[in-house]
This record gives sequence, structure tokens and C-alpha cells, in this order.
Amino acid sequence: MTVATIPAPAFAIERFKLDNGLRVVLAPDPGAPVVGVAVVYDVGMRSEPEGRTGFAHLFEHMMFQGSHNVGKAEHMRHVQSAGGTFNGSTHIDYTDYFNLLPSNGLELALFLEADRMRGPAITEENLANQVSVVKEEIRVNVLNRPYGGFPWIKLPPVMFDTFPNAHDGYGSFVDLDAATVDDAQSFFDAYYPASNAVLSVAGDFDPEQARALVERHFGGVEARPAPVHPPFDEPDLDAERRESYVDERATLPAVAIAWRVPDPVTELAAFLPYVVLGELLTDGDASRLVERLVHTDRTATAVAAHTSFMSEPFASRGPTAMLVQAFLPPGTPVDTVLGTVDEELARVAAGVDEVELDRVKARVAAQLLRGDDSVMGRSRRFATAEIFHGDAAMATRFASLLGEVTATAVSEAAAALTPNRRAVLEVIPGGAQ
Amino acid sequence: MSSPVNNVVPGLAPEVPLTLPEPVERTLPNGLRVLLTRRPGVPLAEVRLSIPAAHADLAVADVLSAALFSGTETASMTEIAQRLQGVGGALGAGADPDRIAVSGNSLATGLPELLEVLGDLLKAADYPDGPLEVERSRIIDSLSVAEQQPDFQVGRALDARLWGDHPYGNQQPAAAEVAAVDREAVLALHAARLHPTGARLIIVGDIDPDATAAAVEKALGDWNGAGEPRRMAPLPDLAPGPLVLVDRPGSVQSAIRVAYPAVARTHADNAAQHLANLVFGGYFSSRLVMNLRETKGYGYSPRSRVDHAPAGSFQLAAVDVATEVTGPALAEVHAELRGMAERPPAADELDLARRYALGSVKLATATQAGIANYISVLAAAGLPLSWLAEHSERIREVTPADVQRVAAERLDPDRAVAVVLGDGDQIREPLAEFGEIAAP
Repeated sequence: MTVATIPAPAFAIERFKLDNGLRVVLAPDPGAPVVGVAVVYDVGMRSEPEGRTGFAHLFEHMMFQGSHNVGKAEHMRHVQSAGGTFNGSTHIDYTDYFNLLPSNGLELALFLEADRMRGPAITEENLANQVSVVKEEIRVNVLNRPYGGFPWIKLPPVMFDTFPNAHDGYGSFVDLDAATVDDAQSFFDAYYPASNAVLSVAGDFDPEQARALVERHFGGVEARPAPVHPPFDEPDLDAERRESYVDERATLPAVAIAWRVPDPVTELAAFLPYVVLGELLTDGDASRLVERLVHTDRTATAVAAHTSFMSEPFASRGPTAMLVQAFLPPGTPVDTVLGTVDEELARVAAGVDEVELDRVKARVAAQLLRGDDSVMGRSRRFATAEIFHGDAAMATRFASLLGEVTATAVSEAAAALTPNRRAVLEVIPGGAQ
Repeated sequence: MSSPVNNVVPGLAPEVPLTLPEPVERTLPNGLRVLLTRRPGVPLAEVRLSIPAAHADLAVADVLSAALFSGTETASMTEIAQRLQGVGGALGAGADPDRIAVSGNSLATGLPELLEVLGDLLKAADYPDGPLEVERSRIIDSLSVAEQQPDFQVGRALDARLWGDHPYGNQQPAAAEVAAVDREAVLALHAARLHPTGARLIIVGDIDPDATAAAVEKALGDWNGAGEPRRMAPLPDLAPGPLVLVDRPGSVQSAIRVAYPAVARTHADNAAQHLANLVFGGYFSSRLVMNLRETKGYGYSPRSRVDHAPAGSFQLAAVDVATEVTGPALAEVHAELRGMAERPPAADELDLARRYALGSVKLATATQAGIANYISVLAAAGLPLSWLAEHSERIREVTPADVQRVAAERLDPDRAVAVVLGDGDQIREPLAEFGEIAAP
């Protein structure tokens, strides 16, 4: 058996802060003639107000509708005219805007991001248009397909009691329809100051020149105080919670099991063993749950374990969870799978072989490195590491930190995943049966 | 800071020329063609193996692809998976009407081990009955889910409508066909088709091509066998006809698909066709997206693409829209198609698409996986990676008149085939306004 040594990626990273509080990360690497520009705002679905579910995501759409010097659809036009691509994405705890361009488009991308950091140009007409577009997005991804929103939208209300943690971050159509231009202005005022953002540039550029361009374009963005992030914490479960629902388009039973895990930021050392545990349980045919549930018992047709609801362990805050989700062959009782998962967790709790652990760590490292090969991926990851962990360079250290996780720590993590602390959500296949 | 607010959109710095790596090409004595590309960056290697499989039984090819990793004469599935995982590696396989493809990646230092595993599988995969049964059931289970997905459903109806009896007309086996596949059939397909002759192995990453060539030779030099090569017939011409309505009761959206003719990559009009597609619906700043999404709000991702499959090329416009705007949305797709010849792009609209096309090549070749995919796709058409540079030069020369000409020849609703999947009770009447309607 060959077990590879885990290589550490070496990316030079410079960090500085502008007077308005904008944190800036520069990660030059001349590997390919492209540059990634990402802006991450420290606000996500958890911060949207009650009665405005889906607003963080709707607002992300509005950030593409024009700004002081950029008309509707012009952001996209400018980036694409430079041969680049763009997008934005809204997460539980952050919202990011990112651009990947041939490297001669760096200043253009900085200008465009700075312009909308001064405020989007939101009109009644644009808002109505994007409410309509977002509804179609939700129809595609949730309403018109089997297992839509499972488990990322459906499980939090089983596990959590408070609005920030429990609500549907894609939003109800009623709340989306109720959104106003004033709501958007309030949201921008509260959560989009430069001091609540990180600008990250990765790829082929000269750092001195980039620094001057950043200062030129972002230096004049108004200084405003950053919001205070309220604690979203809730007590851990002390008794199992279990719910189910019928999905009319589902053909297979499915189940998601979630347990609270230590805070990914403030308790990072205690959290990391759960990341390793997730891979040990379900990464590949050699993993514990794939081997047992899929290949030996044949009580699952697919199974996956991960930490945080959107599977982003290094871009999440607490409270969050470790999830195991499985799709079962028709007619398989969910209780059978729950029992087997308990048995396998007990086996891990009893001890983990170092050779097995080294294999898992090698694969984890390779997957992190693969993400780092993309300039866009790097710029986004550096930005979220700066947002959540206070240091972009942490993004290059996660593989080695995971490498330091001990077999004992993984066993202890597994031992903590007890039935009385879990939330279980079952999907009952509906009419398509 | 005292900088004034900048209000002039900055221009671009001088263009950085496209630089493509040059693959080192070897052909092993057994016929395997090997393309090795050093692309430092992260210490990984990407692997793509493509084996011709025209006219193979689709259900058998799917089961073979899933069960390829289930065990060899000397190693269990778990042992194979452990060897891969130990070098940070993973392999997967898939089948389509043209080929069986195995792809994966690993830490660069683990590439020799990954190649050894790959060689063991190709030479000695045993498809043991138990694991084969598991994989067969998993394919059937996932088919049952896919068959509830609108994109899968409409794709299946579109393939059948476009290509009829050609193998492209049925690209997804039915559950019953998968259930009927036994070990003998899989072993027979492996013996008949999984040969180095005609196969292509592409490796891109932080590798030394010479050392990697030696590792490939060691792992795959004794992979042997030969079968009768079978060629895929070219795709038939599109046959316009009634709109096909696929009924999906209760659907809250309609999936609109409109296919129309295209020329191949090697055709003189390909560069103009590429840009015409972009202007029409091939990127966000296109007419289709600006109209259907940003003005009307009908759909989340209206789009069009040119599909250059090995057996032929065609173009496809697609959008999923709310049920109540199905008719108006289809009317707009038709109007925008016609508009490409009636209202051809002015110089600035074309230049925008041109710059996007030129930049896209740089972005798509900026990662190891991206280069591996591009080499693989082009090689399937008999083209080298350097074709991208030549294509880029042709893109620079395209004029508005060229775009108008290719649009007039092919972007024409009267030459198109339309398939719409949605709630039949709701959309049959509005769709009847476009003419005759047929069932799938």
C-alpha cells in the first residue's frame, strides 16, 4: 500500500486594510494569464429579517442591476467584454461576488466591484424583474424537481428553533413579493459597508500595481461602521427530533441525520475531527458507510456525510451541524439505516486505524489542492478564510491542520454523535411510486 | 484616503497572448495513444482515458462503467479503493454512445500507483456477481430519480425526436434493460471493446512527461486485445415538423428546447457560427438572456449552445419558464432566432462576443482539469490542442456580414425542432398557436 505524503501548497499572500476598513488580500501567482477578483460580504441568509426570507439572495441579484456608474446589465457586459466570467452566491453566513478575467482585465473588475460597493441602483422595475427571476430559480432548483431543497432548506427547521437558523434562505414567494426598494436600501446600509467586506485578488498580476489600483478604486468608498454580528447560538438538542414529509416527485426514500458540531471558527481544533470523520465515513468505496450501507447491507443506494449545511466547513460559523444523508432502495425502512449508522459510528468511536486515517487525509488534501488550482476558487477561498478565520493564509493551512487530526480525536467525534442529539428528516416518496 | 470617486470605466491593459501547453505524444506498441502535458501549479495529475464504444449496448456499457471498480481476479473493490485513496486519488467511469471514459485525479506523486490500478482494472476487472448486482440496482434507482427531473425527461424526448433510430436517439437505457444485464454480457463487452487500439490516454498536471511515459508503459504496456472497430454513422439532418409536447402533469415550469442545424468545428463557417451563437444566447450578455431573463423575467437561465458531438453538430436553445408564460416565452425564442438574420449584430455587439470568446479560451485552459478536458474533447474530433489558437485567430476575422449569413442559413425557427415539456392541460392551448402539436 502506497500512502502519499501530503504536499503543502505555497501561495504568497499579502494582506492589508484600507482606511475605510476594507480588508484586502493579494495572492499573486503567474501560473496562467488570468486573474480572480472576489468580494465577500460578511452577511448571509442567517441575517435576513423576519418576514423577508430569501432577502439576502434577492439582494445579491440586485447587486447586478447597476450602480453609480454602471447601468443595468452593464456589469456583466463589461466583464464579458474583457473575456471574463462573473457570478455571485449567497450562503448561510456570507455572500460573495466573483469575477475571473484574462489578467488585463484586473482594473476593470476592481472598478466594477468598487462601484457597487458604493451602492446598487435599485428601482421598482429592476426589483420586480429580479423577484420574478429568483422565483424561476427556486422553481428550477426546489419546486419542480425531486428532493428539492433536501436537506439544506428542509433540515434546519427540524434542528433549530430560532428564525435565523431555521428559516428557508431561498425564501417564500410571499416574502419575495413583499420586498421593497426601501428594504434593499436598509439591507445595504446595515450589511454592505466596506468594513464588512474582504476584497481578494488571485492569479497573474503585479502586487505593487494591484495595491495601487485597489487604493485608487476602493480608497474613496465611504467609511461606515461594520455591523455587530449577533450570536445565533441555540442550545444543543437533548432529545432526538424527527420529522418526515412526502415529496410527490421522489422515487426513493431518503433520510438526513444531523448533529450539532463545535463552532467551526471559535472551536476550530475541536471542529476539524468532524471534517475528517465525514470523509472517513463516505469518501469513496473504501469508506465506512459506503462499504457497509451500499455494498454490504444494500440498504442505501448513495450516502454522503459532510459538515455545515452547504458543505463548506471553512466558510461557516456556528451553530452548524454534521450531516449524513442517504438515498435508500425502494421499500427500505429508514430505521434500518439509522441503526446501521449508529453501529458504524460506534465502531469508529472504538478506535481508528492510522493507515486508514492517512489514506483519508491524503484524499482530503488532494481535493483541497484541486480546488486551489482554479484561480477563481483560490480568490474566493482566501476571502472566506479572511472573513471567518481572520487570516487569508489559513486557507493554505487547512490541509495540514486536517493532517494533524489524531485517530483519538476522530473517535471522540464519532462518540459524540449520539441518537439523543440528532435531528432526523425523512423523505417519503410520493405519487411517482 | 482622498481619492476622488472614479466614474470612468477603465479600459483594459494590453492583451496577454494565449499560451497553450504542448502535449507530448506517444503511441505505445499496443496502440494506446498517450498525450502527456506538464502543467505545474498544484501538485496533482488529471487523467482521462477514452475508449471507443460505438454501437455498444448502452445498458451493458453503463453497468460495466459502474462495476469496473468492483474487483479484479486478485483484488477486492475495497482494496482497489484503498490503493486509490492512499495516493489522494479517485477514478470514475461513464459511457455514452461514442465511448467508455475513465477519468480521475491523484496527487502527482501518486500517479504511478493510480496508473497501476487503472492497468489492473483494464486487464483484469472481474465484475463479481455480488457487487455487479449492487451497481445494477444503483443505476436503476438513480434512473428512477432522473426520470422525475424535467431536464432529463425533455432531453430523452428531444434525442428521440432529433435522431430517431440513430444511436444518439436513445442515450439513456430503461430500467428494464439495465435489470437484464448479467455478468456474462459485461465480461463480453469488456473483452470486445476495452482495448488499447483506438483508445486515448490524456494526463495533465505537475508531471515529468518522460517519467510519466515510463509509468504509463509499465502500467499499460501489456494491456492488449483487439476487436473490430465500429464506426458511428453521422447524425441525420434535422427534420422540422410539429412541436412535440411532453406532458408532465403538475409541472410548475415548462422546459422549452429548440434545436437547429450547425456546422462542424472544421467547417469554414465555424468561427462565425460560434460568435452567432454567443450573440443569440451563448452568454449572459446575449439577446436571449437580456430579453427572457433581464427584461421579461420569464426564466432563470435561458441559454443556447453549439453541440459538437463526434457524430455531428447541432445547436440548442433552452429555457425553463413558469407554466403561464410558456407561449410568450416560445414566441420570444422564435423571434430572437429570426432576429439574428433580420437584425444582425452591429460591430460593437459582435466585438463584445468576440472578446468574450477569446477570453473564454484563456479561462478554460487555466486549470489542469480544464486543459485535460479540452485536449480530450478536441482529440475526439481529431484536433490538437493548438487548434484553439488557430480558432482564436479565425474568431478575430469574423465580420457582422459573416454572422448574418450563418444566422440566415441555420438560426431559423422554420428549420428547427421544438420540444416542450410541461403541464399539458395548461400549455396545450397556448402552444397550439404555433401550429400542429405531436406527442413524443
